[in-house]
Amino acid sequence: MTGPTGMDPAPLSAAKPRERTASRPGAGRHTAALRVAVLLPLGVFFLLPLLAMLEFSTREAGGRHGLQAWRAIGHTPALTSAIITSLTLAGLTVAAMLLLLVPTVTWVRLRLPGLRRLVEFLCLLPLMIPAIVLVVGIAPVYAWVTYLLGDTPLTLTFVYVVLVLPFSYRVIDAGLGAIDLPTLTEAARGLGASWPTVILRVVVPNIRGALAGASFLAVALVLGEFTLASLLNFDNLQVEINLLGEVDAALAIAVSLAAILFAVALLLAISFIGRHRHRNPR
Amino acid sequence: MDYLGVLPFLAYVGVFLIYPTLVVIVGAFQDDAGQPSTANVTALTEGVYLKAFTRSLELSAATAVIGMVLGSLLAWAVSSGRPDGALRRTVTSLCGVLAQFGGVTLAFAFIATIGLTGVVTQFLKDHLGIDLYSHGVWLFDLPGLILVYSYFQIPLMVIVFLPALDGLRPQWREAVQSLGGSSWQYWRRVAAPVLTPSFLGAGLLLFANAFSAYATAAALVSQGSPIVPLEIRGFFISEVLLGRENIGKALGFSMIVVVAIVMALYALLLRRASRWLR
Repeated sequence: MTGPTGMDPAPLSAAKPRERTASRPGAGRHTAALRVAVLLPLGVFFLLPLLAMLEFSTREAGGRHGLQAWRAIGHTPALTSAIITSLTLAGLTVAAMLLLLVPTVTWVRLRLPGLRRLVEFLCLLPLMIPAIVLVVGIAPVYAWVTYLLGDTPLTLTFVYVVLVLPFSYRVIDAGLGAIDLPTLTEAARGLGASWPTVILRVVVPNIRGALAGASFLAVALVLGEFTLASLLNFDNLQVEINLLGEVDAALAIAVSLAAILFAVALLLAISFIGRHRHRNPR
Repeated sequence: MDYLGVLPFLAYVGVFLIYPTLVVIVGAFQDDAGQPSTANVTALTEGVYLKAFTRSLELSAATAVIGMVLGSLLAWAVSSGRPDGALRRTVTSLCGVLAQFGGVTLAFAFIATIGLTGVVTQFLKDHLGIDLYSHGVWLFDLPGLILVYSYFQIPLMVIVFLPALDGLRPQWREAVQSLGGSSWQYWRRVAAPVLTPSFLGAGLLLFANAFSAYATAAALVSQGSPIVPLEIRGFFISEVLLGRENIGKALGFSMIVVVAIVMALYALLLRRASRWLR
C-alpha cells in the first residue's frame, strides 16, 4: 500500500495539469464548481456540531460566555480520576497488544505459515462480534477476573486487547510483510542471537513505523470506548462523561470536545509518521 | 515444539474471545434450566423484538445509503484535488477520527447542536421563528439516530472508498479522451463499472458498522429500546422475567449472524474489486 507512492509523484503531477488545460476547456471549471458544491455543505455539517460544542461549553448565566466549564475539568475529581484511568488503560492495552501480537505474528510468518489463515481469522473475528454482544458473553469471564485480580477498571485491558486486535493485526502484519524477515532473522540467529533478542533488537526496530501506527490506533480506540466499560460497571472517561451529562451538560460537552481534539491531534501525528516513513528508505 | 510459540496467543484469544462467543451462541439455544431449546430464537420473530429488528435494519440501511452517497461525493472531491495537498490531509485525518469516535462524545455533540437548548435549535427559534421540534422531539428517536449516525458513516465511507478512487488510472481517462469520449462517457462506461464492487462493498461495511453500534444510541436514548443493541442492554442490566433469561443471548446471536452474512458478502465483493484496482 505504501510502497510505490514514493516513485509516482513526478509522472502524476506532470500529467495532471496537461490533462486539465488541453482537454475540454470547460471541464476544469465545472469540476472546481462541483467540488465546492460538495465540500461546502458537508464541511458545514461536520464543523457545525464541533462549533456548537464550543459555544455550548462556554455558555454562562445571563447569556455571557466564559471558560468556567473548561476550568472545572481540572477541579472535578471523578473526572480527573476517570481520565487517568483511561490513559492508564490505553498504555496497558498498547503494551499487552504489542507483547501478544509481535512475537506471535513474527513466529507464524517464520515457522508456522500453515497457521497464518487461522491467526488472521482469529484476529479479524472481533469485527464480527459487536461489542454489545461480546459484553454478554464475557460477563462470566469477568466474574473470574475480578475475583482473581480485584475489582479495578484496569482489568478492562484484557477485553480492550481483543477490541483492538483487528486493527493492530493488520498494521503489524503489513509492517512485517514489508521487510525481509527471513534474511534478517537468519543473520541474527547465525550470529548467535536468542529469539527474544531477535524480536527486540532486530524485528522491532525494523517495523517501528507499523508499531507506532498500531499503538496510536489502539490509544484512540481505548479513549473512546464506552460499551464494555459501562456494562461491566467500570468507570472510564466515556462512562464518566455520560454520567456528567446528566448533572452538568456544559462540563460534559467541554470534555467531549477536548477528547475529540486530542484524537485529531493523535491521528495527525500518525499521518505525519506515515509520511516520514515514505521518505526514509530513499 | 514450534507450536508452543503461538500457544499464549491462542490461549488468550480462547479465553477472551472464543469462550464469550460460545457463551452467547450456546445460551441462545438453551432454556433457563440449561436444556436445549429454540424458544428464545423463535421469540425473536414476534412482538417487540421483531420491531426492534426492523428498526435496526432500517437505521443501518438508511445510514449506509446516506453514507455511500455523500461519502463517495466527498471522497471524489478530495481525490480530484492535489494528492499531497492540505485539503486531503485535513479531510482524511478528520474522517479517521470521526469514523472511530462515535459514542458518547458524538451524542453530546448533537445535543449541543440540535438538542432542546442546542445552538442551532435556539438560533432557528429566536431568529427565524422555526421550531425544530414542533412535531415532537425526534432527536432521541429513529430520525435523530439516522442523523447522528451519518456523522460517523460518511467519514467511514470516505476512508474506505478513497483508495478505490485513487486506483482509477489517469491513462484510462486519457484513453477515453483520445477515442473521442466525453467526461460523462468516461464515468459511465469506465469508472462506474470498475468502482461498483468497491462502492457496494463499502456500503455493506457501513451497514455492519451501524448495525453493531451501541454507544451513541445508548447515550442518546436513555429510556426505551428502539433498536436491538439497546434491547440487549435492557436484558443485561435488569432483572429479567423467568423463562426469558436467554433472550438477550438470542438477540446477540442474531446480531452475530447478520454481521457475519454482511461481512462475508463484503469479502466476496472485495475480491472482485481487487481485479482492477491494485
